[in-house]
Parts: sequence; structure tokens; C-alpha cells
Amino acid sequence: MNKSNFMEVNFKALSINEGFARVCVAGFCLQLNPSVDELNDIKTAVSEAVTNCVVHAYPKGNGMVNLRCELEGDNIKIIVKDSGIGIKDISKAMEPFYTTKPSEERSGMGFAVMESFMDKVEVMPNDGMGLKVVMYKQIARALKQVGND
Amino acid sequence: MQIKSKIYNNTLYVLLCGELDEYSAEHTRITLDDIFAGGSFSQIIIDLSELEFMDSTGIGVLIGRYKKMHTKNIPIFISNPSKQAERIFKMTGLYNIMPKIV
Repeated sequence: MNKSNFMEVNFKALSINEGFARVCVAGFCLQLNPSVDELNDIKTAVSEAVTNCVVHAYPKGNGMVNLRCELEGDNIKIIVKDSGIGIKDISKAMEPFYTTKPSEERSGMGFAVMESFMDKVEVMPNDGMGLKVVMYKQIARALKQVGND
Repeated sequence: MQIKSKIYNNTLYVLLCGELDEYSAEHTRITLDDIFAGGSFSQIIIDLSELEFMDSTGIGVLIGRYKKMHTKNIPIFISNPSKQAERIFKMTGLYNIMPKIV
């Protein structure tokens, strides 16, 4: 499949929606015939990005998460955006084990996991309000060809 | 998240069934603390064979339980992690404090 495709959903920044976000992206990516491992990597990275929105973006609650997944050939691009308080020092926040909430038993490994499970991760302010996380992953070509046989 | 447990030969066996993320973390913390507070045992084995999903939120939950049991000199071991959980454990050095057993 070389055509491009995308899906986009909005949902409340509630932890109960994390499972929905994971399954939503994973289900959409199935058309690229990913391996089970690749699919689980994507689900884990999406869960980390959405967890950030749920836990950090809206201290007063009542926020939304925008989740978009774009497919281009074998390439997956996932964009997770919020309109919350954002992060002042993004590079600091991306350091492994850095957390602003150590008392809540948080590992501070969210961005490190995203970077480990995806090919590339970009974190930036979302048009001056909130945070935008963009994650990229290429599905292995060999497996795709087997899936198309 | 469903959590099953039994004590056998002085070991507390805990089986985590379901998904461990931000949504289930609080329930998992409370349930594990309740289970750890009851009965008599000298070590804990947490079996992840039925854990269908875990993100880094699970690391916070597990390290929190480790800290509580460490004060009582009760070691915790991990068994049957998924590939994704294993990668997160290795990244975070969790196995240094909660070793994996086969």
C-alpha cells in the first residue's frame, strides 16, 4: 500500500481514554501489516504520550486531547496534542527519570520510552498553547511483503 | 486490572491480569498494598504472564511497592514479562532492585 491515509480523533484528557487511544491507533495501523511487536511498540508510545496529557497538561481538569495518525507508504506518523499548560523546559522534561511529581510514584520515563519504542520523537509547543508530540515509525518492509502475499 | 494472589512455601505469588496504565495504577497500588499487608511470607514473586499491557506508569507502581517492602526486608521478583515490559524494565534498571526469575 503506497497511498496516504490518516485518522484524527478528539477525546477528553481522562485516564480511562488511554486504552481507547492505544487501540484506536493500533487498529488504524493494522492496514500496514505491522508485526505484533511493532504494534505493541506503537501502543506503548501512544499510551505514554496520552498519559502526559492526562497527568500534566490540565491541572484543573477539563481538557482535550487531539490524536492524529498519518500513514504514508510504510511510515507511520502519530501526533498527540493538548491545549494545556505546556512544558517550560522541554529538553529537561525529556531527560530520563525527570519528573515534576516524584511524590506520585512517577518514573519520569515517559519520553524515554517513546524514544525507545519509536524511530523518532519530536516534542514542541502546540502553537503557543499546550504541547505537541510527534512520533515516527517505519514498518519493516520485509514483513509487509509477507503480509501482502 | 485483576490481581490474584496466593501464599505457598513462604512465598507470596501475585498474578497481574489485564492492563497497567494510568487508569488502573491507583487500583493496582491499593490492591497490592492490601495483599502485601496480609499473611506471612519472606519474598514476593509478581507474575506478569497475564499482563496484556504496561507503560512506564507501571514502573512507578512497582518501584513504590519495592520501597515499602524493602523496609521490611522482603525482596520482590518479577516473572514472565512481555517484550515491551522487559524493555522498559531494562531501560529503567528495575531488575537491579526487583530481579527477574525464570
